[in-house]
Amino acid sequence: MLEIAVKLVGVVAAFLILPLLVGQTEHKLMAHMQGRLGPMHAGRFHGWAQLIADGVKFAQKEDLVPDGADKPVFKLAPAVALLPYLLVLLFIPLGPGDLVGSSLEMGLFVVLALVGVGVLAVLMAGWASANRYTLIGALRGAAQLMAYELPLVLAAASVAVAAGTLSLPEIVETWEPWWLLWQAPAAFVFFTAGVAEIRRPPFDAPVADSELVFGYLTEYAGLRFALLLLAEYAGIVVISALTSVLFLGGWKGPGPDSLGWLWTLVKTGALSMVVIWLRVAWPRLRVDQIQALCWKGLVPLALAQLVVTTVVALALR
Amino acid sequence: MDSSHLGDYAVFGVLLLAGFAFVAAAMTANRLLRPAPRSPRDAPRHGGPAEVKGSTYECGVDLASDHLASPHAPHVGDNWAQVQIRYYVYAFLFVLFAVEAVFLFPWAAVFAAFGAAAAVEMGLFVGVLALGLAHAWRKGVLRWA
Repeated sequence: MLEIAVKLVGVVAAFLILPLLVGQTEHKLMAHMQGRLGPMHAGRFHGWAQLIADGVKFAQKEDLVPDGADKPVFKLAPAVALLPYLLVLLFIPLGPGDLVGSSLEMGLFVVLALVGVGVLAVLMAGWASANRYTLIGALRGAAQLMAYELPLVLAAASVAVAAGTLSLPEIVETWEPWWLLWQAPAAFVFFTAGVAEIRRPPFDAPVADSELVFGYLTEYAGLRFALLLLAEYAGIVVISALTSVLFLGGWKGPGPDSLGWLWTLVKTGALSMVVIWLRVAWPRLRVDQIQALCWKGLVPLALAQLVVTTVVALALR
Repeated sequence: MDSSHLGDYAVFGVLLLAGFAFVAAAMTANRLLRPAPRSPRDAPRHGGPAEVKGSTYECGVDLASDHLASPHAPHVGDNWAQVQIRYYVYAFLFVLFAVEAVFLFPWAAVFAAFGAAAAVEMGLFVGVLALGLAHAWRKGVLRWA
């Protein structure tokens, strides 16, 4: 009982701390990539406390709900956006043995189902706001998330076939370094589709601040907006952690097993920085380009990878 | 398949409750710290922002010039919109692949035990779907611009 409580506290702590670390890294990394300094004042030392200051500000802001909004749905949407990512963290193994919240046999299946809840939050937020910008953003988001669900799931299925299990710790257990080559297309498809699932640039057409004000988030303000932003950064953590667990060997790496958790964190952090870099370096894809990349690029690639994985797994048996 | 599954789902449920508790705690802190919603005290200073704050954040598309007077004044266009039939085919395509994915995961878990026969069957399944995608592509369903 105590052990379960400790694990739950650990998961909640990771959920509250890691997204903030990614957010602060984005502030500073993006600034330096653009020849700026980024936040420098909050907390004195290189603005380390900027996000804490932001949080204090958000907590004091007025709770605005538009007159025309569908109020209960509007108010519930931030929680629906945020909580699936908290639950995903429960299944991500940090290290070998017992360093995982829950080693459910069908963990991979549950995790993919949870990531799929995102489309519901987008539609709830966009529709309940009763605003044209939010509605267009939400419909763009729905089309994008539905489409990218497929390559995401197919690429994950490829790993499941390779490992012969749906349990995340067991997938890491069976993973070997040469899978980096064998599963490289699946890794690319999964990570790309993952970035599209969390609507990060270059897949940010549903938000598109230069055309749709702020897409499906336009009507949100104050703490509810902060929760939706937190969901975005929690999404980065979740997609990076899932990619490193499924395709980059999770806790495996040089050094003793007892330091495995460090490898998981390092790989997750490195992938998070790639997500940040994508935002700085890539222009936003148009809506039709987003669909074309999915249906004409990632889905066929994922199907081909599935066939290759099956054949190789059969030969290795 | 042992009884520990129940425990796993219980942990899942507790974490879900903890998540809702986190959101509720944040909103409660917000309720204690924030100013009263659209407090009348900010009305005289800015020409009545308390009234306008609740209006929809849109601009440039209003037919009714008295939008500020009545925030729910009709906007351009009406509530009826038509969608191209193409989207129906697209939705169809999605459902096909989603169903495939559902079958794929249990198959992936037991595939090793059945070997070549299972691989061939899934190969046929995936092949038919790939053929469907190619057909849709050729028919021009996958064009959005």
